[in-house]
Amino acid sequence: MEELLEILNDLHPDVDFETCDSLIDDKILDSFDIVTIIAEVNDRFDVTISAEKITPENFNSAEALYALIQELEDED
Amino acid sequence: MLLTSYEFLGFLAVLLVLYYLVPRGFQWKLLLAASYLFYFVAGPLFPLYILVTTATTYLVSCRIEGIGRRQSVYLKENKGSLSKEEKKAYKQKNKTAQWRWMLACLLFNLGILAVVKYGNFAISNINGLVQALGGRGEFGLLGIIVPMGISFYTFQSMGYLIDVYRGVVPAERNFFRLALFVSFFPQLIQGPISRFGDLSQTLFSEHPFEGKTLCLGLQRVLWGYFKKLVVADRVVTGITTITRGGISEYEGAYVFVGMMFYALQLYADFTGGIDITIGVAQAMGIRVAENFNRPFFSKSIKEYWNRWHMTMGSWFTDYIFYPISVCKPMLKFSKFARAHFGEAVGKRMPVYLSSFAVWSATGIWHGASWNFIVWGLANWVVIMISQELEPLYARFHGRFSVQGKWGFKLFQVLRTILLMSSLRIFDCYRDVGTAFRMFGTLFTRWNWQILWDGSLLELGLSGLDYGILAAGLLMMVLVSLVQRTGSVREKIAARPYPVRFLLWYGLFLLVLLMGAYGVGYDASQFIYNQF
Repeated sequence: MEELLEILNDLHPDVDFETCDSLIDDKILDSFDIVTIIAEVNDRFDVTISAEKITPENFNSAEALYALIQELEDED
Repeated sequence: MLLTSYEFLGFLAVLLVLYYLVPRGFQWKLLLAASYLFYFVAGPLFPLYILVTTATTYLVSCRIEGIGRRQSVYLKENKGSLSKEEKKAYKQKNKTAQWRWMLACLLFNLGILAVVKYGNFAISNINGLVQALGGRGEFGLLGIIVPMGISFYTFQSMGYLIDVYRGVVPAERNFFRLALFVSFFPQLIQGPISRFGDLSQTLFSEHPFEGKTLCLGLQRVLWGYFKKLVVADRVVTGITTITRGGISEYEGAYVFVGMMFYALQLYADFTGGIDITIGVAQAMGIRVAENFNRPFFSKSIKEYWNRWHMTMGSWFTDYIFYPISVCKPMLKFSKFARAHFGEAVGKRMPVYLSSFAVWSATGIWHGASWNFIVWGLANWVVIMISQELEPLYARFHGRFSVQGKWGFKLFQVLRTILLMSSLRIFDCYRDVGTAFRMFGTLFTRWNWQILWDGSLLELGLSGLDYGILAAGLLMMVLVSLVQRTGSVREKIAARPYPVRFLLWYGLFLLVLLMGAYGVGYDASQFIYNQF
């Protein structure tokens, strides 16, 4: 989780990713941010988040995104 | 059948009466028949195209879902006997089969679109190339009439197919229901590009007659006609004079006037058309996705594209931008670029390359000619530059506390309007070379006196025309401002009857008396109709 928060904070230092749960709904993250996050996650966690997993539910909070990463790691 | 024709009004009136008279379970079937009739009137062969797309989409979506269903049954039946690896391999095999079916259907339907819409463009370019190389280059052009709204219904069907593949929506088992989703007549002309998950919620439901729903729908239709007939079709004369006739005569400040006229026409035409579409659907109790969110109040070009033609933007994002930017080869390339060209370059690769693909597609989607492709790529360049300038903006805002101030917001809005209008110049002149040359004259020919010396009255627009256009623009701005706090029609509906009557009857009279028709005018096609 720490590593994911580091990625997110690098992208938007002004956002409190530990508490925010409306990153997509409130348009805090845009499509460019999402792609940058996925590339970083792929680099550091070695999991591939496919396009069909890009949903507001998976990207609205750091917690949800971390759960997705863990799910993908388990699948591998 | 133009949306602005008496035939369409007659068609709509008869349909609305029948829609609320027939048994409610029959309403969507009536809409299907009406949609095919509408399409048949537009071109007797057009229904054949839409039928082919519907049939292939239906068969393949059912096939994809069938594979998924069989997989669930198999995994359930062999729950205890399969190892994790075996399950994974089995799922992978099915996913590949589903992907192949989807790809075949996508290629087939996009192939039809490519041949019908872009065939002649490709042939002309090949001829040009062969001639440039000294050959004869005389390949004959295809004699195919582009079916109305083919881009819209193809994209809508393909979006549905991808959603089925992704498991976002279940495959529609009733062929006729899918046929209505693909051919729903109000949105055949210029969108919006609906998602099955959204539109199907109200498209097939039973709708009892409700006076308020009907009224709100027709009021929006009226507002759409106002924008189209009073504003868009009036200003078109000025644009034609500036951009089509004696181009060298209309340089410098005239180019600026043409750009502003075109921004006004495009906004009034496209949003007016969408108002008519959404209003017609609403009159029948059907909810169609919004396509605009006051785009000219945007503070950046990126924001503008999130608020203009929103259904197309989200289609391109979901089905082109994300799949390209997060696919395995792209992520591998990003890693490679990080290792060889540095962190900064590698990080940007997925976004830059996928955006390039999206904007090339956006350009070519708008028309089969180079001016649209260059326009799309110009948008890409501007968006990428503003993306790169973000740290600079952040430093600027850290130093000067102008962010959120009224004056600065106004500056940002005007800057976006100017920027967007400048890019649209490729659309105005329809020729890349001419567009660049005319844009250049903005800085080389200093003739801004035309704005006040009466020259503007020689563009085919009289003083009365300018007065009507100014009033129309003011009304659209006012409505946009009021919209920020909720539906304008709902607000009007809450007013006493005389006020409501005066407002709507007044608008009706304005359309009737000030609409650009009659001698010298011809209610034109909607600009987006050609897509």
